[in-house]
Amino acid sequence: MDMFTEFGAARGGRRWSLRAALSLQGAQRDEAKWGLLFLSPWLIGFSLFYFAPMVVSFIFSLYDFTLSAPEDARFVGLDNWARMLAQDPNTWETLYVTFKFALISLPIGMVSAFMLAVLLNSQHLLGRNIMRTLFYAPTMVPLIAAILIWSRVLNPHTGWLNQMIDLTGIQATGINGWRWLDDPNLIYLAYTFIGLWGIGNAILINLASLQGVPTELYESASIDGAGWLRQLWSITVPMVTPVIFYNLVLSVVGLLQFFIVPYVLNGGNGYPEGSTNFYMIYFYKQAFTFQNMGYGATLAWFMFIIGLAITIFLFWSGRFWVYYAGENR
Amino acid sequence: MNKNKNYTEYELSKRRRNLLLQAAVTLFALVILAVYLMPMAYGVITSLKSKAQTSDPGAPILPAEALSFDYEGDRYDVLQVPTENGIRHWALVKKGRRASEFVDPADPAAGIIAWEGNWRQLEPVWEPSVQWDNYPRAWETIDFARLLANTLLYAFVTMVGTVAASACAAYGFARFNFPFKNLLFMVMIGTIVLPPAVTLVPTYAFFVNVLGWGGTWLPLIVPAMFGNAYNIFLLRQYFLTIPREMEEAAQIDGAGRVRTFVSVILPQAVPALTAVSLFHFFFAWNDFFGPLIYLAGNRDANPITVGLTEFNGLYSTETQLILAAAVISMVPPLLIFFLAQRVFIQGIVVTGVDK
Repeated sequence: MDMFTEFGAARGGRRWSLRAALSLQGAQRDEAKWGLLFLSPWLIGFSLFYFAPMVVSFIFSLYDFTLSAPEDARFVGLDNWARMLAQDPNTWETLYVTFKFALISLPIGMVSAFMLAVLLNSQHLLGRNIMRTLFYAPTMVPLIAAILIWSRVLNPHTGWLNQMIDLTGIQATGINGWRWLDDPNLIYLAYTFIGLWGIGNAILINLASLQGVPTELYESASIDGAGWLRQLWSITVPMVTPVIFYNLVLSVVGLLQFFIVPYVLNGGNGYPEGSTNFYMIYFYKQAFTFQNMGYGATLAWFMFIIGLAITIFLFWSGRFWVYYAGENR
Repeated sequence: MNKNKNYTEYELSKRRRNLLLQAAVTLFALVILAVYLMPMAYGVITSLKSKAQTSDPGAPILPAEALSFDYEGDRYDVLQVPTENGIRHWALVKKGRRASEFVDPADPAAGIIAWEGNWRQLEPVWEPSVQWDNYPRAWETIDFARLLANTLLYAFVTMVGTVAASACAAYGFARFNFPFKNLLFMVMIGTIVLPPAVTLVPTYAFFVNVLGWGGTWLPLIVPAMFGNAYNIFLLRQYFLTIPREMEEAAQIDGAGRVRTFVSVILPQAVPALTAVSLFHFFFAWNDFFGPLIYLAGNRDANPITVGLTEFNGLYSTETQLILAAAVISMVPPLLIFFLAQRVFIQGIVVTGVDK
């Protein structure tokens, strides 16, 4: 079962009370001891590098605290939070940029991954195995290398993308050409293209899910006279909704932290016209460029709250549109 | 008889239709693939061009060099000159606004040829020329050997640590009953959707200010030694498929829990362990944010990712060198993927598909 299904299964599993835990006897006690012993690397790691820092991060958010002068740290209550939510226009501007990009890039990425999986699953496709390998290959290209290559491919004059568009009869090069990385309207599409080089995992799990759809479903639909498109929409899509859901959750969480592409391309200066001032870039500047630990921690906690809210919303909404075969949920 | 003939005709048309469909679908896939992989071809081809060619929109697509000609001790560009006898390839020796003087490289003894027209509108003559030299130059300019050594050291040290720790934890989840097991499991999955930023600020302050580990790899290596949720999940799923009988037999023979784990479970989980090791290797090869903040100020410790980014900032006009470096950095992961794709793909599928 996939991670999120297992998560659901664990939620429905046994609930322990502290008293039951402490009153274990004999063989059960021995088993619990060994289980926790094997788990201890992760338990220690979780406590030290997840749990404790999260708590401390929240405490930091109540302080005015720069790393260069830690002795000057002072308690300011919720001042950082008030500043972030009410006074600092950057918070909402960078969130707006982040969500705008997510709303463009997410549907394109998810639909592309699904459609490519359908294509790679087609019985009419010759050389399916080699095709699958080749479609996965760009995902293996290190992100930095991909960004550096794409930044040149997207060059309005010498880049191959505009030159290819020229071949179709539309003028994309030249003085009034399409300036992918300099035009605030095109930049999100440009970033989306770079992102499309990372959808290999999404394609793979879509593909694995498609292979699990029972062929009888298609056969009976065929007999009923359903065409290809109708079968795709009424059988394939519902059957792979668990995978779409899984990809959706991971993509949303990833997009919230979108950072590397704008950082490598423009050093995080927001070019052009502030259109690439993403929330994570702003957090990076506050926390690490200005070493503003208190305010940085506040921004990070807010990101956590937003991410948690979206994740909870997605899990709630999943009950209405995610189809789990053979399960009553 | 008649019925039989109709049947074969039906079969034939069905086969023909199938062939047509095959051709159409395959062709469609090939076109999409070509567009999808186009930047890769661009990267490799452009990395073999001269600097002049990379910035010239009119230059040929394949690596080439503008032809020049030595005439009386000086070097002149050879241009495509339209004449009454068609286009000639002549070297431009004296530039003028309305008229220029040329020399025919095929017959320099014939001397100066006068030509009327604006030489600025003439295109150079390109001849194929591959700049293999860009690769050693990029390698040395970026000091790739050092970046590679840093990256490999980081990747291998953390790979061993994280796989060992993840395997232990996964075994704990897969085979033992203990209090709050489900809760801990849910918390572990939860860390996957936790934005790392929320733990970053105090961790950074602790590593850099309290322990003084700024500029070293320690803040990146130490946390990796405690496993990671993806790997634990994947290994747990695999351990669950191993039958319990073998462990029970080992225990009857007197093997302890640790012995059983090391000598019975681990050898059977080699495919899953390989997949997890590969995932970690690729993660480490790509890791950018951690090295960026923790190694700031210590350029000698840079991994490939940060080194490439700095290189791109410093030499932004040397497109051919930047692309050569980028191509070098993508060879190892691509090579490993092509060699080990079966285990690798299986691993991805396990975490994301309900089967």
